[in-house]
Amino acid sequence: MNEIKEAFWLSHQIVQMEIHAPDIADKRKAGQFVVLMTDERGERIPLTIVDSDVKKGTITIIFQVVGKTTTCLADMKKGDCLFSVLGPLGKPTEIENFGNVVCVGGGVGIGVIYPIARALKDAGNEVTSIIGARTKDILILESEMRAASNRLLVATDDGSYGFHGFVSQVLQSLIDEGERIDRVFAIGPVPMMRVICTVTRPFDIKTIVSLNPIMVDATGMCGACRVAVGGETKLACVDGPEFDGHQVDFDLLTDRLRMYYFQEKEAVESYRCRCNGK
Amino acid sequence: MNHTGADAMENKKKREIKSRQIMPEQDPLVRRSNFEEVPLGFTEEQAIIEASRCLHCKKPLCVSGCPVDVDIPGFIKLISEEKYMDAARAIKETNSLPAVCGRVCPQEAQCEKYCILGKKQDPVAIGRLERFAADYERNAGDIKIPEISENTGKKVAVVGAGPAGLTIAGDLVKKGHKVTIFEGLHKAGGVLIYGIPEFRLPKAIVDAEVEYLVRLGVEIRTNVVIGRGKTVDDLFEEGFNAVFLGVGAGAPVFMDIPGENLGGIYSANEYLTRSNLMKAYRFPEYDTPIALGKEVAVLGGGNVAMDSVRTALRLGANNAYIVYRRTEAEMPARGEEIHHAKEEGVKFKYLTAPIEYIGDDKGWVRQMRCIQMELGEPDDSGRRRPVPVPGSEFIIDVDMVVVAIGTMANPVVPATTPGLDTNRWGYIATRDETGETSRKGVYAGGDIVTGSATVILAMGAAKKAAKAIDEYLKR
Repeated sequence: MNEIKEAFWLSHQIVQMEIHAPDIADKRKAGQFVVLMTDERGERIPLTIVDSDVKKGTITIIFQVVGKTTTCLADMKKGDCLFSVLGPLGKPTEIENFGNVVCVGGGVGIGVIYPIARALKDAGNEVTSIIGARTKDILILESEMRAASNRLLVATDDGSYGFHGFVSQVLQSLIDEGERIDRVFAIGPVPMMRVICTVTRPFDIKTIVSLNPIMVDATGMCGACRVAVGGETKLACVDGPEFDGHQVDFDLLTDRLRMYYFQEKEAVESYRCRCNGK
Repeated sequence: MNHTGADAMENKKKREIKSRQIMPEQDPLVRRSNFEEVPLGFTEEQAIIEASRCLHCKKPLCVSGCPVDVDIPGFIKLISEEKYMDAARAIKETNSLPAVCGRVCPQEAQCEKYCILGKKQDPVAIGRLERFAADYERNAGDIKIPEISENTGKKVAVVGAGPAGLTIAGDLVKKGHKVTIFEGLHKAGGVLIYGIPEFRLPKAIVDAEVEYLVRLGVEIRTNVVIGRGKTVDDLFEEGFNAVFLGVGAGAPVFMDIPGENLGGIYSANEYLTRSNLMKAYRFPEYDTPIALGKEVAVLGGGNVAMDSVRTALRLGANNAYIVYRRTEAEMPARGEEIHHAKEEGVKFKYLTAPIEYIGDDKGWVRQMRCIQMELGEPDDSGRRRPVPVPGSEFIIDVDMVVVAIGTMANPVVPATTPGLDTNRWGYIATRDETGETSRKGVYAGGDIVTGSATVILAMGAAKKAAKAIDEYLKR
């Protein structure tokens, strides 16, 4: 059983959680993820490992409340136990000294880009991070990202903080200003990753994205998470989750993420009813 | 049949042999909309009659047809004497999963194929008797724990809690070794849990078998994928003296034709895992969703295809098709499964192969473009090779497809175990029947060695490897 050691809200929709999982804490590398189940009847959902503490034997996850499982997970408290946690899964991020790198994080994706930015900085890169959210209140991990980067730029869609606009526009202006960028890492909502790739493609700046398709076993067995990369079908769970963004078929990813749209809504509603009935 | 008078006299003199008992089943029209088990098992009366049919041959050929050498005439005799518990225990001497094997073994190609009675009439229903004895013991709730040899101080790691892993764990723990099973999923059982549906193998039976192993002293650690995080080398470092790899042939195979990634197109692994392991057929009581196709095509002709198509029917399909590129004669599925599927209303489209999928504006599959096939010369498998008929393309309307055309080796363990040899298809190479691999102290068995096969063949391989590991540990 994996006990929740710490749980708190980072914004009104995003939760940070520390979970007892010593074997995973010991082995995990930046970019890898876990699959967890809240209870025996739960769904298996993948979540990126944000951080780990080998001494305490814990891993940190950050998630946004979107469906039934994340709603239920957010309702769980310190001291509660998760039914199962499997990991670390997926290939670790390819970390080396590329030179000047830009890490772009949007929304809850900031949680995912954070360990990567840190690993890149530790490897000697000059790290510029661009993080963004819809509005200032829901921007997460600003101070952590500042510490993990040589330079931090912030954007909000409504202009309530930092640059008024999208992270992609900030990246565009860096390129326009003639900054040398050796590699971009972009993690966030699918539309954000798609736009970032559109920005970097004309300049041939290699851009790594982390994909979050629906998974079941997440060990290469079921094929639920298949994505098209450079015209080839890949399994995000074992071949990814990170891929060359310029090769990714984002339309397919978007369609496949919507496969269970109605069932997901139904599950959330039935869960909320059950909880209100308590 | 033309019996000679002398033959008939001979038979008469020996004794009257009754006809094979028919096991009661759920009505096809009822069962096609529920997930309860289809065959209901022999009654006690039937079991005694069926057991009395056994000729108790001096040299029982049926045993030679059993991959795990069950003493078939022995346990059948015990049933005829109404000693059902003893019968169950006699089977368990060599077969640790009798309730499973009684249900899913292809007896018609094994023990029952060699039954002497089968030459003149129907063979003894060995599988059904095995099931009867095992169910009797489980329902009585009096599962005996066999004698365990003195602790040898040796530790064995078993990777994968499927049929091979569960079998070898039982055999080695009885020999006094400390056995730990590492299972990637959150529940032990492997294909018995994620693959075979409830209506063919109730999960309570698998749970009982796993529980039995735990009572024997086997430790089961779920949620550990060896090769991700912990590796085979780590296991040796942690003090295990031998490792058995029974990880199955878990990777899905697709056809690589246009449109295959559209919504509503599943691998059989995914479709069955959602329904069986995750219990999506009970959504929203369970959280995992599954597509409820109305016009469903399942590609393939094996047992997995039958399991998939019958699941789709139960989940409300109006039309559920088996689409197979050869004819019924070449289908690898058990006759019984094909028969059950037909009874339930599954439609069979033979000599048909899909060549493209067509989706709607939401990326969901709506049509399948197919081509008619004809049988040509036999291929490597000895079956006649299907050849497309030019210009014979046609469309089938579908809103869900399950691709059940086989599986491949999952590369996770070989890729992270230096010095572990594989063959050109990625299956683990073993020296001989003992399952010994190119790595000292590492043995393998089941689908990860042979490619997709049956539960019982994996169990047979595991039994041989158990013997070899026991000898290796005593060296």
